Amino acid sequence: MREQPIHWRSPALTRIPYSIYTDRELPSLEQERIFRGNVWNYLCLEAELPDTGSYRTTFAGETPVVVVRDGDNEIYAFENRCAHRGALIALEKSGKAENFQCVYHAWSYNRQGDLTGVAFEKGVKGQGGMPPDFCKEEHGPRKLRIATFSGLVFGSFSEDVPGIEEYLGDEICQRIERVMHKPVEVIGRFTQALPNNWKLYMENVKDSYHASLLHLFFTTFELNRLSQKGGVIVDESGGHHVSFSMIDTTAEKDSSYKDQALRSDNDRYRLKDPSLLAGFTEYNDGVTLQILSVFPGFVLQQIQNCLAVRQVLPKDVDRTELNWTYFGYTDDTPEQRKVRLKQSNLVGPAGFISMEDGAVGGFVQRGIAGASDMQAVVEMGGDHAGSSEGRATETSVRGFWKAYRHHMGA
Amino acid sequence: MIDLLALCTFNAAYAHAIDSDALEQWPGFFTPDCHYRITHVENEQEGLAAGIVYADSRAMLEDRIAALREANIYERQRYRHLLGIPLLESADAGAARARTPFIVVRIMATGQTEVFATGVYRDRFVRQDGKLLLAERVAICDSTVTDTLMALPL
Repeated sequence: MREQPIHWRSPALTRIPYSIYTDRELPSLEQERIFRGNVWNYLCLEAELPDTGSYRTTFAGETPVVVVRDGDNEIYAFENRCAHRGALIALEKSGKAENFQCVYHAWSYNRQGDLTGVAFEKGVKGQGGMPPDFCKEEHGPRKLRIATFSGLVFGSFSEDVPGIEEYLGDEICQRIERVMHKPVEVIGRFTQALPNNWKLYMENVKDSYHASLLHLFFTTFELNRLSQKGGVIVDESGGHHVSFSMIDTTAEKDSSYKDQALRSDNDRYRLKDPSLLAGFTEYNDGVTLQILSVFPGFVLQQIQNCLAVRQVLPKDVDRTELNWTYFGYTDDTPEQRKVRLKQSNLVGPAGFISMEDGAVGGFVQRGIAGASDMQAVVEMGGDHAGSSEGRATETSVRGFWKAYRHHMGA
Repeated sequence: MIDLLALCTFNAAYAHAIDSDALEQWPGFFTPDCHYRITHVENEQEGLAAGIVYADSRAMLEDRIAALREANIYERQRYRHLLGIPLLESADAGAARARTPFIVVRIMATGQTEVFATGVYRDRFVRQDGKLLLAERVAICDSTVTDTLMALPL
């Protein structure tokens, strides 16, 4: 039995001990068992590494990582930690490099993370230097396995994690390919500092129950289409999910639609500039919203024409970094690009339908102080963690805990 | 001629409108077909067009205030803007371009007070019907990070 700082009272996924968000021993175990364990961590978009030598510095959980494209056109990733004293090897967020050199003592690395040079290895004027048996091949930052899927770059420290397609499962793969079906281009990056444990944000992403209750923008401005139907897909592991809504063509004709149009005559709650939401049909499946998550900390979002990936990085037991990367397609027309820029008002730190998500995790984090022996209730839609019709369910939140407990051995 | 004093006077009134919770006045500082965007230096350097807030009309700014009043949920908070002296890049009788540095301190209902954003406004002013208005204001934050959420405008 692996060490468990948190006591789960039962195998059921419907009660979550609050100490899971506050226990100070837990983060390092999560890093070991989850982020450096049998998972694929999202690192960046392939489009962000366009050329030989293009690199980005990012994180797999807490671990700093360099991800880079080498001359063989393959992508490599290695720990951003010099094999000598542990200093960061690359300091910039992105750039282009022939090779990498640690600033501290000028140890150098090629683009695959191999130690290639040790300054003064043979000493100076016969003095000093490394022992003759020092073997550079035996030293180097840890390398990550890399998997790319549909333009997304994932890295893993595990030799045992299954291939990316098996890890994601068919349904999740299809839903990623649906959005990433042609070359993409970054149109903006923003970071949001969340005052809460990383798991609270992932639960929020997976929680389709809160959407229309916490985020009142669409309902206030009567932008909800009554004739929408939706569902939640949870993969077998529980850790990945898709929540979606789509136009229901049968309901489109019913009278509730006209009733809504009448109520919208109230000027006070109507957008003065409705071009905010004037979109275009992007995919021919009628799906207007698709939120997809991959365990442990990746989100792919399509909200109408607003596309983004989000990387969720734990920074402390009560601090999380949320990295938004907004993108469009390389073949967007200027008009389509403008639509994406305007709809991006919906998301991000000031998003009409996402700003609340930045704060609500902090409300929980503050609310549960002094309640470490109490539990949260996650029972909406029953106790299962499988796919579900309709979105008034917490099934994918339970799925998260199913995967979490599996990885933690809890 | 649009001069430094006119821009300082304008900016003082702009900051006061936001900081005193007279948010309904805020869109009135802009032309009807204005551009307003909040972004940060790295996006600007890379030429990435998206913003945390992105508007291409005064009506969109009015909608944002309506959403803050009626729809969005956030803890009670206030800003204190400290605006520097505009760096006047060009000016004539009808238009001016300027860059004005800002510090915005956020004061939460709990009393927690911290520097929320620093940066520069990159502005294009025009005079319409004798009134000085912003045709464009891009708030370029120095940091790429926004703490928790951004409800009120910069």
